[in-house]
Amino acid sequence: MQTFTQRLANPTRFMELSARLLPWMAFLACVLIAVGLVMAFTAPLDYQQGHAAKIMYVHVPAAWLSMLAYAMVAASSFGLLVFRHPLADVSAKSAALIGVVFTFVCLVTGSLWGKPMWGAFWSWDPRLTAELVLFFLYLGLIALRSSVEDEALAANLTAVLGIVGIVILPVIHYSVYWNSIHQPPSLSFGWPKIHPSLLWPLVTMTAGMQALFVALYLKAMRNEILRRRVKALRLTEVQVAAGLAEPAE
Amino acid sequence: MKAFWHLVGRDLLLAWREGGAIGVALGFYLVVVTMLPLGLGPDLNLLSRIAPGLLWVALLLATLLSLGRLFEMDFEDGSLEVLATGPLPLEAVAVAKSLAHWLTTGIPLTVMAPVLGLLLNLPLEAYGVLVGTMLAGTPAVSFIGAIGGALTLRARRGGVLIALLMLPLFVPTLQFGIEAVSAALTGSGGFMPAFLILVAISLASVVLAPLAAAVALRFQLQ
Repeated sequence: MQTFTQRLANPTRFMELSARLLPWMAFLACVLIAVGLVMAFTAPLDYQQGHAAKIMYVHVPAAWLSMLAYAMVAASSFGLLVFRHPLADVSAKSAALIGVVFTFVCLVTGSLWGKPMWGAFWSWDPRLTAELVLFFLYLGLIALRSSVEDEALAANLTAVLGIVGIVILPVIHYSVYWNSIHQPPSLSFGWPKIHPSLLWPLVTMTAGMQALFVALYLKAMRNEILRRRVKALRLTEVQVAAGLAEPAE
Repeated sequence: MKAFWHLVGRDLLLAWREGGAIGVALGFYLVVVTMLPLGLGPDLNLLSRIAPGLLWVALLLATLLSLGRLFEMDFEDGSLEVLATGPLPLEAVAVAKSLAHWLTTGIPLTVMAPVLGLLLNLPLEAYGVLVGTMLAGTPAVSFIGAIGGALTLRARRGGVLIALLMLPLFVPTLQFGIEAVSAALTGSGGFMPAFLILVAISLASVVLAPLAAAVALRFQLQ
């Protein structure tokens, strides 16, 4: 009996499955984000923050996704180093590229909100610092991959860095958290501290951004698999032309 | 164990005979700390307030210079492959090389720090604390840095890359190192917690970082 991830290990099967899943995910993302945005703009205004509070509906999901994407990177790195899963590196690479974008979105929306609320685009608040460090970690992953020529070696080294990152992230988080001026979490388990009229748009937006993440992630993985196939084909062509290999039928 | 100490001794001897690397790190440390007051203005009150932070950050930058060379020379002349096939596991090799790096870079920079503190008008009572926290914190820098050295062995632009990879990983060390010195200066009683966490980070990285460095080295040697 194969597990789900083992069955996905076959790139061809993954391509079939993702081709069927991708349009649905993209559609779901469009609908949920559209509905979420309408809900967000019809929701009552925050009595202190006014329209600026609407940034939350993009900022909070982006912040979650930035962390979720890193968790995906770490899980994929683990899958590559321990199980040698053939798609793990494709997944790690795609998740890192999407994660860095969501981290950037989170930082930008946060600083746009910070200017009217705190009077400054940036403050060295622990949460901001932790998010910025996460951004640097993503940049490090991407830079390391792009600066090693041998792709298999680059994959392995990036995976090592990904796991080192997930081990040290909690320490970084803890180290910058001495005292915070940031908003307490908008959603937490148990009773939400946020009024239902503001909560539902946030939940919808989060679900929409989540679907968007999955859609982008699948698309990125498909692109990467195709890129590798093209590269392999070209290599065979060159070898055939040089008389080093038999032509494939 | 004998092979381990032999390797440490060899690296120390190499660093001693070559001499250049330590001098460059110390010179860089001196130059950075001298440049900062020139940029910030000669306000002694300001300088003494931010001196612990400046000294720590400049120390990290000076250490970064030599991290790229940690495994590079052994990789280039093939002795790393000899070490990999020898009796010592690569984890122990990573420990030995990180230890030698700490002895030849971390300790000289720590000894230099109080002298530079004079330039920054660091209060006299802070010198002991500063040296203590740096002694406790620099092992983490050398051992975590070994991961970066191992990862960037065959990378293009390895020297710049290592700064990008390592600086985020140094955040906890930096944070608690500065926190400990500042707490001791203000007498807020926060010194002991920060110092103990700093020691914990160092001890944890001495144990864990060589594992990651050894995994990276194995891939590099394939």
